[in-house]
Amino acid sequence: MSAPASAPVSRPGRQRPAWQSLDSAQLLLIAVAGMLVIASVTQVGAVGLKDSRTAILFGGLIAVGELLRMIMPGNREVAPIASAGALGYALLLRVGSEPATHSAFQAVTVTACGTLIGALPHIAVGRIPALDAMARRILSPALVAFVFRPLGHSSLRQHWPLLITVMALTVMLACLAEVVVAATIRAEAAHTRFGIALGDEIRAKMPLCASSGATGMLIAVSMFVMGPVALLVFTAPILVTQVAFRRFAGIRATYLQTVRALSRVTEVGGYVETGHSRRVSALAVGMGRELGMTEEALLELEYAALMHDIGQLSLRDPIPGGATVLASPSEQRRIAGLGAGVITKTGVLHEVAEIVRRQSEPYRAAEGSAPPLASRVIKVANAYDDLVGASSDRDRSAAVLERLRGDSAAEYDPTVVEALGHVVDRMR
Amino acid sequence: MLAAWAIGTSSFEGIDWTTLAVLALLSVIFESAPALLNSKNASVSLSYSAGLASVVLLGPAGAAIVGASAILAWRRDMGLVKRLFNGAQFALAGYLSGVVYIAAGGTTGKPSDGSFPGIIEPYLGAVVTYVAVNLALIGVVLVLTKTAPVWGFRWRPIGNLAAGQLAYGMFGLLVAAPWGLIGPFSAVLVLLPMLLARWAFEQTSAQQQAHAATIAALCQAVETKDYYTRGHSERVSRGSAMIAQAIGMRPERVGAIRYAGMLHDVGKLGVPTKVLQKSGDLTEEEFAAIQLHPMRGLEIVREIGFLDEALAGIMHHHEKIDGTGYPMGLAGSEIPEFARVISVADAFDSMTSTRSYRAARSLEEGIAELRRSAGTHFDPGLVEAFIAALESEGWTQPDPVAPPEGEDVETTQQDHDDPSAPLRVASEGVR
Repeated sequence: MSAPASAPVSRPGRQRPAWQSLDSAQLLLIAVAGMLVIASVTQVGAVGLKDSRTAILFGGLIAVGELLRMIMPGNREVAPIASAGALGYALLLRVGSEPATHSAFQAVTVTACGTLIGALPHIAVGRIPALDAMARRILSPALVAFVFRPLGHSSLRQHWPLLITVMALTVMLACLAEVVVAATIRAEAAHTRFGIALGDEIRAKMPLCASSGATGMLIAVSMFVMGPVALLVFTAPILVTQVAFRRFAGIRATYLQTVRALSRVTEVGGYVETGHSRRVSALAVGMGRELGMTEEALLELEYAALMHDIGQLSLRDPIPGGATVLASPSEQRRIAGLGAGVITKTGVLHEVAEIVRRQSEPYRAAEGSAPPLASRVIKVANAYDDLVGASSDRDRSAAVLERLRGDSAAEYDPTVVEALGHVVDRMR
Repeated sequence: MLAAWAIGTSSFEGIDWTTLAVLALLSVIFESAPALLNSKNASVSLSYSAGLASVVLLGPAGAAIVGASAILAWRRDMGLVKRLFNGAQFALAGYLSGVVYIAAGGTTGKPSDGSFPGIIEPYLGAVVTYVAVNLALIGVVLVLTKTAPVWGFRWRPIGNLAAGQLAYGMFGLLVAAPWGLIGPFSAVLVLLPMLLARWAFEQTSAQQQAHAATIAALCQAVETKDYYTRGHSERVSRGSAMIAQAIGMRPERVGAIRYAGMLHDVGKLGVPTKVLQKSGDLTEEEFAAIQLHPMRGLEIVREIGFLDEALAGIMHHHEKIDGTGYPMGLAGSEIPEFARVISVADAFDSMTSTRSYRAARSLEEGIAELRRSAGTHFDPGLVEAFIAALESEGWTQPDPVAPPEGEDVETTQQDHDDPSAPLRVASEGVR
């Protein structure tokens, strides 16, 4: 369901300042958020803060939530508690017996202040927040505030079932907007198709969006009954959610680290060149994105690419230079089979084992069906890296690409070879 | 029986039947899919929240009916008797906590503006009663069916279970509080994040299992190089965990040492096969290559987000208490605890497994050898802890292996892990 590595293939040796690495969509988003915040703060400064006690309470909750922000699989920065608090303040109509009359501008101001204060300790220890994610965390509740607050002050507020429906619809709208924006940015940054990115984003974000939305509504409603105490009490469910998802993200990250680390046993054992597994996996993931694979499929592809040479561990003597592309087809097939055998023993990574098993098959097989896309990708990436290696010589890489193109249609899948061409172009 | 009587004798006046139906439905749904709380046996279901919400909203009788609805829970693994029991258990718990709630001054019905914070105290009483009655009834049944001893319960798991149940019970108040305004919708809003959290917990435990299985499979792949050492990593992992539990390590550390034991020899792959399989004396250079394997292992696993302790354990698992080990020659308490633990399990498994140059030793011989080297090679306290654990938990020795027929069989002629047959190095004699 989620993501291998961070977004684009890294470009070694070219460090750029943070703001230069932002894409245009990200810059636009951050600019919009910045201008909205400045406008809101000015407006609030002009008319003054209404009910400062409640504002400070919510600001505090948002700051704490921001402090507890976490990274979900796929390098997605989220802060569910902060989002819930911000939504709650945007939807708030009454505290106890006092009506809450703050404007949407004030809601934006409180959200922005809370977010910035919560981000300060992170910045102090050198963890710079993902600016676009932060902008989305401010803009999404802002959307709710600007849509809901005018409605909420009309006659609607006497009619509960209708009011709650409007609340739910507004929150869903904000969720949807956030997902679409996030998908646009990701599609641009990671060179993925928008449709694929949108699907990935929905799968990754929906659970947390739903939790934050539900808790935000709950806070707003229960403030009617319980007064400010509700703020503390009703963050309990989302705290549990946060803990659960943090653990999930943690084990996902550890799992990937483990496979990455253990894929190096073939290098330490002298079976393959240093860095081979990682280069193949970086190439394969880049190509997979280019070919429109979902994050779920990409994760399997990355695992398979990292472990594609694991079968060599069973060989008595390493293949000279470790380049399987130079081995005989039957030998290649045997290594692939041995590797798949190892992976099958995990009892869980069945798809990955199947990808590794079929990685050596030619694209146009005499009999049977063509191997799965992931296997075709690994076959091409492996051949390229076996022939180019760690070298950054452009002529050599161009020559190898030419050779792979020459072999395509029989040995290699032509569209996969083209995807490799694009990925290699970008890495230069 | 008692539960039926409780329901039968109480009055049903003034009960909001819609509320009751909704809560009963929720209870059935949650009871059909309980959440696992860390361990397999302790499952807490969100029906606790529904049950306690009904105490506030409906009073004793209503709470009893909501509790009794657990009979209808759709679970394949449960027989009719168990379901009946569950229903009666929840009904009784609901009824009694309702009585406590009212006795403590709580008012039944939808909470209004003035209910807080006065409602909190009686509600706490109700939650505690609910959980206590449930635990007591479960305890009685376990004793009656002789699946648990009358005395000597293990308290820690019960404590965890009770904490989880109390927490879930508290959510009942959250469900009840806004019920007056938005009705059943409040249950959806409170319980949606909880259900998603439960989903995430399940995913997490599935991933943890997959992670452990993947490490085990990859370690096995490393071992296939040498016919005789198959299963060694797995057994060292188990042995290390046995010692760790025996000396009372915290569960997270036991988990970490499991991984460390599994991965301790992964760096052996960096030692050229011809050195591992050499039958004659090793040259200084070859011995140096063997001495380097813990560092090679560290190099491989360093990037995994482990506890640093596990890394230290892998790096120093060949240090000896008297300071003559490798790679750093640390002595006594300078050697990290994980490394001292792994070293005992490692040597024991090596001695009690078959090697090409000797048959497997018996467990008694292995224990005697450990005792002999305690204080010079091993940490005496850990040796005793291991021996105690061996006596209570037992040890599965690997089957005696016969190398497969054929000429290209790969075997190790010397085992660097075996303290009873030290490596022979040409210039200096025995190591």
